[in-house]
Amino acid sequence: MSENTNSIKARNALYNEYVDTITPKTNIFKALFHSFVIGGITCIIGQGIGDIAKLIAPSLSTEMVGNITAMILVTVAILFTGLGFFDVIARQGGAGSFLPITGFANAMASASMEFKTEGLIFGTSVKLFSVVGPVVVNGIVWSTVAGLLNLWILGI
Amino acid sequence: MEIWKNIGTYAIVFAVGGGLCALAELLIVRTKLTPARILVIFLIGGIVLEGIGVYDYIFKVCQAGISVPIVGFGASLAKGSIQMAKQVGFIGAFAGGLIRTAYGVGVAVVMSYIVTLLFSARAK
Repeated sequence: MSENTNSIKARNALYNEYVDTITPKTNIFKALFHSFVIGGITCIIGQGIGDIAKLIAPSLSTEMVGNITAMILVTVAILFTGLGFFDVIARQGGAGSFLPITGFANAMASASMEFKTEGLIFGTSVKLFSVVGPVVVNGIVWSTVAGLLNLWILGI
Repeated sequence: MEIWKNIGTYAIVFAVGGGLCALAELLIVRTKLTPARILVIFLIGGIVLEGIGVYDYIFKVCQAGISVPIVGFGASLAKGSIQMAKQVGFIGAFAGGLIRTAYGVGVAVVMSYIVTLLFSARAK
Protein backbone atom coordinates (compact mmCIF):
# COMPACT_ATOMS: atom_id res chain seq x y z
CA MET A 1 0.00 0.00 0.00
CA SER A 2 2.64 2.54 1.08
CA GLU A 3 4.86 1.43 -1.80
CA ASN A 4 1.99 2.12 -4.13
CA THR A 5 1.37 5.68 -2.84
CA ASN A 6 5.11 6.36 -2.96
CA SER A 7 5.29 5.37 -6.60
CA ILE A 8 2.28 7.60 -7.34
CA LYS A 9 4.00 10.50 -5.56
CA ALA A 10 7.19 9.93 -7.51
CA ARG A 11 5.23 9.80 -10.73
CA ASN A 12 3.39 13.04 -9.89
CA ALA A 13 6.69 14.76 -9.09
CA LEU A 14 8.11 13.65 -12.42
CA TYR A 15 4.99 14.80 -14.21
CA ASN A 16 5.13 18.24 -12.52
CA GLU A 17 8.77 18.62 -13.58
CA TYR A 18 7.79 17.74 -17.12
CA VAL A 19 4.92 20.29 -17.09
CA ASP A 20 7.31 22.96 -15.80
CA THR A 21 9.77 22.29 -18.61
CA ILE A 22 7.19 22.61 -21.39
CA THR A 23 5.17 25.55 -19.95
CA PRO A 24 6.26 28.65 -21.85
CA LYS A 25 8.11 30.96 -19.47
CA THR A 26 6.33 34.28 -19.51
CA ASN A 27 8.67 37.17 -18.92
CA ILE A 28 7.14 38.75 -15.81
CA PHE A 29 8.56 42.24 -16.40
CA LYS A 30 7.36 42.26 -19.99
CA ALA A 31 3.87 41.21 -18.87
CA LEU A 32 3.81 43.88 -16.15
CA PHE A 33 5.00 46.55 -18.59
CA HIS A 34 2.35 45.61 -21.17
CA SER A 35 -0.45 45.71 -18.56
CA PHE A 36 0.88 49.05 -17.30
CA VAL A 37 0.89 50.63 -20.78
CA ILE A 38 -2.45 49.22 -21.98
CA GLY A 39 -4.19 50.03 -18.68
CA GLY A 40 -2.66 53.50 -18.60
CA ILE A 41 -3.71 54.27 -22.18
CA THR A 42 -7.29 53.11 -21.47
CA CYS A 43 -7.45 55.46 -18.46
CA ILE A 44 -6.05 58.36 -20.53
CA ILE A 45 -8.73 57.79 -23.18
CA GLY A 46 -11.33 57.84 -20.39
CA GLN A 47 -9.91 61.10 -19.02
CA GLY A 48 -9.91 62.56 -22.55
CA ILE A 49 -13.57 61.66 -23.12
CA GLY A 50 -14.47 63.27 -19.79
CA ASP A 51 -12.54 66.46 -20.59
CA ILE A 52 -14.13 66.75 -24.05
CA ALA A 53 -17.60 66.21 -22.54
CA LYS A 54 -16.86 69.03 -20.06
CA LEU A 55 -15.75 71.33 -22.91
CA ILE A 56 -18.92 70.65 -24.92
CA ALA A 57 -21.30 71.00 -21.99
CA PRO A 58 -19.69 72.83 -19.04
CA SER A 59 -22.89 72.58 -16.98
CA LEU A 60 -22.60 68.79 -16.56
CA SER A 61 -22.04 67.53 -13.01
CA THR A 62 -19.00 65.39 -12.20
CA GLU A 63 -21.31 62.40 -11.73
CA MET A 64 -22.84 62.84 -15.20
CA VAL A 65 -19.40 63.27 -16.81
CA GLY A 66 -18.40 59.95 -15.21
CA ASN A 67 -21.54 58.29 -16.52
CA ILE A 68 -20.97 59.57 -20.07
CA THR A 69 -17.33 58.43 -19.98
CA ALA A 70 -18.34 54.95 -18.83
CA MET A 71 -21.08 54.72 -21.48
CA ILE A 72 -18.75 55.68 -24.35
CA LEU A 73 -15.92 53.40 -23.16
CA VAL A 74 -18.33 50.47 -22.78
CA THR A 75 -19.87 51.05 -26.22
CA VAL A 76 -16.48 51.24 -27.95
CA ALA A 77 -15.19 48.16 -26.11
CA ILE A 78 -18.25 46.11 -27.10
CA LEU A 79 -18.01 47.21 -30.74
CA PHE A 80 -14.29 46.26 -30.70
CA THR A 81 -15.25 42.87 -29.24
CA GLY A 82 -17.77 42.33 -32.02
CA LEU A 83 -15.30 43.31 -34.72
CA GLY A 84 -12.56 41.13 -33.18
CA PHE A 85 -10.13 43.96 -32.37
CA PHE A 86 -10.38 43.44 -28.62
CA ASP A 87 -8.83 39.95 -28.71
CA VAL A 88 -5.72 41.43 -30.30
CA ILE A 89 -5.41 43.97 -27.45
CA ALA A 90 -6.26 41.43 -24.75
CA ARG A 91 -3.58 38.99 -25.90
CA GLN A 92 -0.91 41.63 -25.20
CA GLY A 93 -2.55 43.57 -22.39
CA GLY A 94 -3.29 40.93 -19.74
CA ALA A 95 -4.64 42.69 -16.65
CA GLY A 96 -4.41 46.03 -18.48
CA SER A 97 -7.26 44.92 -20.72
CA PHE A 98 -9.60 43.37 -18.16
CA LEU A 99 -9.25 45.59 -15.09
CA PRO A 100 -10.64 48.81 -16.65
CA ILE A 101 -14.37 49.07 -17.36
CA THR A 102 -13.65 48.06 -20.98
CA GLY A 103 -12.73 44.56 -19.80
CA PHE A 104 -16.06 44.29 -17.98
CA ALA A 105 -17.84 45.17 -21.24
CA ASN A 106 -15.71 42.78 -23.27
CA ALA A 107 -16.40 39.87 -20.89
CA MET A 108 -20.13 40.49 -21.22
CA ALA A 109 -20.17 40.80 -25.01
CA SER A 110 -17.87 37.87 -25.69
CA ALA A 111 -19.90 35.54 -23.43
CA SER A 112 -23.12 36.58 -25.13
CA MET A 113 -21.63 36.16 -28.63
CA GLU A 114 -20.12 32.79 -27.81
CA PHE A 115 -23.47 31.29 -26.85
CA LYS A 116 -25.43 32.83 -29.73
CA THR A 117 -25.60 29.38 -31.34
CA GLU A 118 -27.75 28.13 -28.42
CA GLY A 119 -30.42 30.71 -29.17
CA LEU A 120 -31.12 34.27 -28.09
CA ILE A 121 -33.09 33.30 -24.96
CA PHE A 122 -31.26 30.26 -23.61
CA GLY A 123 -27.89 31.13 -25.10
CA THR A 124 -27.27 34.87 -25.16
CA SER A 125 -29.69 35.98 -22.46
CA VAL A 126 -28.70 33.25 -19.99
CA LYS A 127 -24.93 33.53 -20.48
CA LEU A 128 -24.72 37.35 -20.68
CA PHE A 129 -23.72 37.59 -17.00
CA SER A 130 -21.85 34.28 -16.80
CA VAL A 131 -18.41 35.97 -16.57
CA VAL A 132 -19.30 39.32 -14.99
CA GLY A 133 -21.89 37.81 -12.62
CA PRO A 134 -19.47 37.67 -9.64
CA VAL A 135 -18.66 41.36 -10.11
CA VAL A 136 -22.30 42.46 -10.31
CA VAL A 137 -23.48 40.26 -7.42
CA ASN A 138 -20.60 41.15 -5.08
CA GLY A 139 -20.90 44.79 -6.08
CA ILE A 140 -24.59 44.99 -5.19
CA VAL A 141 -24.26 42.99 -1.96
CA TRP A 142 -21.23 44.82 -0.53
CA SER A 143 -22.37 48.28 -1.64
CA THR A 144 -25.68 47.68 0.15
CA VAL A 145 -23.71 46.66 3.25
CA ALA A 146 -21.61 49.83 2.91
CA GLY A 147 -24.78 51.94 2.62
CA LEU A 148 -26.40 50.35 5.67
CA LEU A 149 -23.23 50.59 7.79
CA ASN A 150 -22.79 54.25 6.87
CA LEU A 151 -26.39 54.98 7.79
CA TRP A 152 -26.46 53.09 11.08
CA ILE A 153 -22.95 53.53 12.44
CA LEU A 154 -21.67 56.83 11.03
CA GLY A 155 -25.11 58.44 10.85
CA ILE A 156 -25.71 58.42 14.59
CA MET B 1 0.05 77.29 -17.57
CA GLU B 2 -3.26 75.53 -18.13
CA ILE B 3 -1.61 73.19 -20.62
CA TRP B 4 1.13 72.15 -18.16
CA LYS B 5 -1.49 71.45 -15.51
CA ASN B 6 -3.38 69.24 -17.98
CA ILE B 7 -0.24 67.34 -18.96
CA GLY B 8 0.46 66.75 -15.28
CA THR B 9 -3.06 65.41 -14.74
CA TYR B 10 -2.76 63.06 -17.72
CA ALA B 11 0.61 61.81 -16.48
CA ILE B 12 -0.92 61.00 -13.08
CA VAL B 13 -3.89 59.29 -14.78
CA PHE B 14 -1.53 57.16 -16.85
CA ALA B 15 0.68 56.25 -13.89
CA VAL B 16 -2.15 55.40 -11.49
CA GLY B 17 -4.30 53.49 -14.01
CA GLY B 18 -1.30 51.62 -15.35
CA GLY B 19 -0.03 50.95 -11.84
CA LEU B 20 -3.33 49.37 -10.78
CA CYS B 21 -3.32 47.14 -13.87
CA ALA B 22 0.31 46.13 -13.28
CA LEU B 23 -0.57 45.27 -9.67
CA ALA B 24 -3.43 43.05 -10.92
CA GLU B 25 -1.07 41.39 -13.40
CA LEU B 26 1.46 40.78 -10.62
CA LEU B 27 -1.28 39.16 -8.50
CA ILE B 28 -2.19 36.86 -11.41
CA VAL B 29 1.39 35.81 -12.09
CA ARG B 30 2.41 35.37 -8.44
CA THR B 31 -0.70 33.91 -6.79
CA LYS B 32 -2.46 32.17 -9.70
CA LEU B 33 -5.76 33.86 -8.79
CA THR B 34 -8.27 33.81 -11.65
CA PRO B 35 -9.17 37.13 -13.34
CA ALA B 36 -12.72 36.97 -11.93
CA ARG B 37 -11.35 36.84 -8.37
CA ILE B 38 -8.99 39.75 -9.06
CA LEU B 39 -11.90 41.80 -10.40
CA VAL B 40 -13.94 41.08 -7.27
CA ILE B 41 -11.00 41.95 -4.99
CA PHE B 42 -10.46 45.34 -6.72
CA LEU B 43 -14.23 45.98 -6.77
CA ILE B 44 -14.51 45.40 -3.01
CA GLY B 45 -11.42 47.58 -2.58
CA GLY B 46 -13.30 50.40 -4.29
CA ILE B 47 -16.39 49.86 -2.12
CA VAL B 48 -14.25 49.99 1.04
CA LEU B 49 -12.46 53.17 -0.10
CA GLU B 50 -15.82 54.87 -0.73
CA GLY B 51 -17.34 53.42 2.45
CA ILE B 52 -14.66 54.95 4.69
CA GLY B 53 -14.80 58.21 2.71
CA VAL B 54 -11.28 58.24 1.24
CA TYR B 55 -12.23 57.75 -2.41
CA ASP B 56 -13.21 61.37 -3.12
CA TYR B 57 -9.77 62.63 -2.08
CA ILE B 58 -8.03 60.04 -4.26
CA PHE B 59 -10.34 60.87 -7.18
CA LYS B 60 -9.51 64.59 -6.97
CA VAL B 61 -5.85 63.76 -7.62
CA CYS B 62 -6.03 60.66 -9.84
CA GLN B 63 -9.22 61.41 -11.85
CA ALA B 64 -9.80 58.75 -14.52
CA GLY B 65 -6.79 56.78 -13.28
CA ILE B 66 -8.91 55.43 -10.43
CA SER B 67 -12.42 55.76 -11.90
CA VAL B 68 -11.90 53.83 -15.16
CA PRO B 69 -10.54 50.64 -13.52
CA ILE B 70 -13.15 48.47 -11.78
CA VAL B 71 -12.29 50.24 -8.48
CA GLY B 72 -14.32 53.21 -9.74
CA PHE B 73 -17.30 50.97 -10.47
CA GLY B 74 -17.25 49.70 -6.88
CA ALA B 75 -16.89 53.21 -5.51
CA SER B 76 -19.84 54.48 -7.52
CA LEU B 77 -22.01 51.56 -6.38
CA ALA B 78 -21.15 52.35 -2.76
CA LYS B 79 -21.59 56.11 -3.22
CA GLY B 80 -25.08 55.63 -4.72
CA SER B 81 -26.07 53.28 -1.93
CA ILE B 82 -24.82 55.61 0.82
CA GLN B 83 -26.51 58.68 -0.72
CA MET B 84 -29.86 56.94 -1.20
CA ALA B 85 -29.71 55.50 2.32
CA LYS B 86 -29.28 59.04 3.70
CA GLN B 87 -32.12 60.38 1.53
CA VAL B 88 -34.90 57.80 1.92
CA GLY B 89 -33.87 55.68 4.89
CA PHE B 90 -32.44 52.17 5.00
CA ILE B 91 -34.44 50.80 2.04
CA GLY B 92 -32.54 53.28 -0.15
CA ALA B 93 -29.33 51.31 0.45
CA PHE B 94 -30.71 48.45 -1.64
CA ALA B 95 -31.53 50.61 -4.67
CA GLY B 96 -28.91 53.36 -4.66
CA GLY B 97 -25.97 51.42 -6.06
CA LEU B 98 -27.94 50.09 -9.00
CA ILE B 99 -29.49 53.48 -9.78
CA ARG B 100 -26.13 55.21 -9.89
CA THR B 101 -24.41 52.59 -12.07
CA ALA B 102 -27.46 51.92 -14.27
CA TYR B 103 -26.14 54.03 -17.18
CA GLY B 104 -23.03 51.91 -17.68
CA VAL B 105 -24.61 48.52 -16.99
CA GLY B 106 -27.67 49.32 -19.12
CA VAL B 107 -25.55 50.36 -22.09
CA ALA B 108 -23.37 47.25 -21.64
CA VAL B 109 -26.38 44.89 -21.72
CA VAL B 110 -28.12 46.58 -24.67
CA MET B 111 -24.93 46.95 -26.73
CA SER B 112 -23.91 43.33 -26.03
CA TYR B 113 -27.29 42.19 -27.29
CA ILE B 114 -27.10 44.31 -30.45
CA VAL B 115 -23.52 43.24 -31.19
CA THR B 116 -24.51 39.60 -30.69
CA LEU B 117 -27.29 40.05 -33.24
CA LEU B 118 -24.90 41.67 -35.74
CA PHE B 119 -21.74 39.55 -35.35
CA SER B 120 -20.96 35.90 -34.69
CA ALA B 121 -18.10 34.65 -32.49
CA ARG B 122 -14.88 33.87 -34.33
CA ALA B 123 -12.78 30.78 -33.82
CA LYS B 124 -9.91 31.68 -31.47
